[in-house]
Amino acid sequence: MTALEVPAPGRMLDLLSGFVHQLRAAGLPVSMTENLDAMRALEYIDLEDRSAFKTALRATLVKHADHEKAFDILFDVYFALQPYDADDGDGGPAARPGGGVPIPGSMPGGGAGGDASPEELAAMLMRALLDSDALRRFAAAAVSRHAGMEPGRPVGGTYYLYRTLRALDLDGLLDRLMERLKAEGGFADELEERLAREELAARIQRVREEVEAEIRRRLVADRGAEAMARSLRVKLPEDVEFMHASRDEMAALQRAIGPLARALAARLSMRRRRHRRGQLDFRATVRRSLAYGGVPADPRFRRPHPSKPEIMVVADISGSVASFARFTLQLVHALSSQFSRVRSFVFIDGIDEVTAFFEGNADLGEAVKRINTEADVVWVDGHSDYGHAFEVFHSRWASEVTPKTSMIILGDARNNYHASQSWVLAELRKTARHLYWIDPEPAAYWNTGDSVIADYAQHCDGVYECRNLRQLERFVEAVIES
Amino acid sequence: MAERFESVDAVLQALRRVDYLADPSTAGVVFLADRLEKPVLVEGPAGVGKTELAKAIAATSGARLIRLQCYEGLDESKALYEWNYKKQLLRIQADREHERDWATVETDIFSEPFLLTRPLLEAIRADEPVVLLIDEVDRVEIETEALLLEVLSDFQVSVPELGTITARRRPMVFLTSNNTRELSEALKRRCLFLHLDYPDAEREQDIVRVRVPGIDATLADQIARVVRSIRQLDLKKAPSISETIDWARTLVHLGVERVTSEVVGGTLHVLLKYQRDIERANKELKVAEA
Repeated sequence: MTALEVPAPGRMLDLLSGFVHQLRAAGLPVSMTENLDAMRALEYIDLEDRSAFKTALRATLVKHADHEKAFDILFDVYFALQPYDADDGDGGPAARPGGGVPIPGSMPGGGAGGDASPEELAAMLMRALLDSDALRRFAAAAVSRHAGMEPGRPVGGTYYLYRTLRALDLDGLLDRLMERLKAEGGFADELEERLAREELAARIQRVREEVEAEIRRRLVADRGAEAMARSLRVKLPEDVEFMHASRDEMAALQRAIGPLARALAARLSMRRRRHRRGQLDFRATVRRSLAYGGVPADPRFRRPHPSKPEIMVVADISGSVASFARFTLQLVHALSSQFSRVRSFVFIDGIDEVTAFFEGNADLGEAVKRINTEADVVWVDGHSDYGHAFEVFHSRWASEVTPKTSMIILGDARNNYHASQSWVLAELRKTARHLYWIDPEPAAYWNTGDSVIADYAQHCDGVYECRNLRQLERFVEAVIES
Repeated sequence: MAERFESVDAVLQALRRVDYLADPSTAGVVFLADRLEKPVLVEGPAGVGKTELAKAIAATSGARLIRLQCYEGLDESKALYEWNYKKQLLRIQADREHERDWATVETDIFSEPFLLTRPLLEAIRADEPVVLLIDEVDRVEIETEALLLEVLSDFQVSVPELGTITARRRPMVFLTSNNTRELSEALKRRCLFLHLDYPDAEREQDIVRVRVPGIDATLADQIARVVRSIRQLDLKKAPSISETIDWARTLVHLGVERVTSEVVGGTLHVLLKYQRDIERANKELKVAEA
């Protein structure tokens, strides 16, 4: 384990309280008791053992699996390792022997200092894929060479990360390695090849993460933990904005949506069961009263059959809001047991019904793929045209909107200066039970540029801002209750 | 109370002796729980060894395992205690001949012999070391969760007729959750949190070798790698550790020496329990249909 620099006791308290403060700023609900627990826990562990220290803080401060990523990042900022110093790190333990794919060209070579040549870097990269010590050494060398970091330069970590990764060309690395492995001995069968590819990809991903961590370490050394933590703006998955999510954040959101739907469904069905009592069941009450000498002391009720709403989702799936539409459709369909019926429509400038893609046992990922390939949503040029989409909806499906239907429209109402045709919504609202609009843009941007949401809002029961999972969850819960 | 573990390493070693291969952070949390005398909330997907962890800890320290299986509708009388009212009725009837005054009868029938202890009270009253396992705590309603709070923070139970019963020695407490619903903040605050996930291929290989004695090392390695790959697919139910072990046993019984596509295709139903998952794995791994 790498040693942690042990600060003086008073300094440790400062560090810890600063750390907790940043955790709270990132949205983690750290309470007073948990803070005290963390301090107590530190009495029992060896402060020089960095991983034990981290375990102790994590077990006492983080109570939600989704929050661990945010914790990890902030931990690395606050209790940073020193940026890697090439002079003292040589001769680490030998590469781990054992299972997994062999790495071609990973023969031990000379250690490299801060300014490794591209060839040396390439050799180090091969070793880094095998051994975590070599990995840190490589990340340090790569950042020194490619990132071009200068003290005090007001540039974000992503810029340095981008520069380094572009120079390393890790994306092409996987294919090159696979080629070489094939040339060197080939694979017994396709299964073997698949396993090798996946494991290499995982290791390359580790390299990427290590480079990112190294850059962060250097920035911390340059700017100090407080400033760094503030500039990182660590976010929990439920606070990530749909419209600006990175690829990793998208994946995290994707993973979060299943459990979220399950939890939401459980909560809703529980509430439904508890809150409503059915009508008096006369026969059962009389039968029961025999036990009390004919006194109806224990009234019986029929099981309630609360009516479930029928939902129609009309979603804009043009570029800017596509991922938002996807998450909402997935969430609504994952909740389909809570509704009597769910129908989905997607549009860009043309509109098409996609309910069938979600029906039966079909899984959601597949459904989304089919929406992208099969749905007929382009009419003229593939730029959002809400007006035309609504007109078509009105002529084809308006007759199927009933007083039991709750309609939800998804989109940013950026209409590319076409006619809004908001009369369609006015018409629909006359029959529908509710008509809601949810917009993934921050409310401050509404009605700016080509956004015509005010036009539509006057005909809706409500327009809600849904920038992140937290807001989306709250909205869905409210719709079902209403 | 006697501390059970000397260090994090001691926890690791002890768990290893009962064939439970923990990772360092699991051992670290158990160690802290022991020192801070706090319950551990273990969360993670089904089949990663959450319940098994509590059992293993009980086995290492020779403690008795008291288990409270949670379900929707669990209430006080099933979790804490209940008065044995049949016995009380009998006592009242038997007492009729003696003409005792009501106050005596009342103190008499609300005394220990008439108390039926349920798991929580039992764990609190135990004289010997116990490990209390509250399994699948996410299945009880929020209201029922509240009844755990007194036990978990102060290790005591209040019985109105008897007063407050405090633990003679604080038991080690594990709560497990599959995260089907969000647990209350109050409950989480009282616990240390441990997120268990599927082990990496290396540790899973070790687990297979420990649990399936006599398995060839390369076969165990291949098994762990294939399972890891299958878990990355988008499945309804990813294979659990015990399913990995079942699969390893199956392959050993079949006399398989090397995992090939055909072997996977023929035995996939040991790992995956949904037809759709099996089809998907078949398609993705391009294995020959058996």
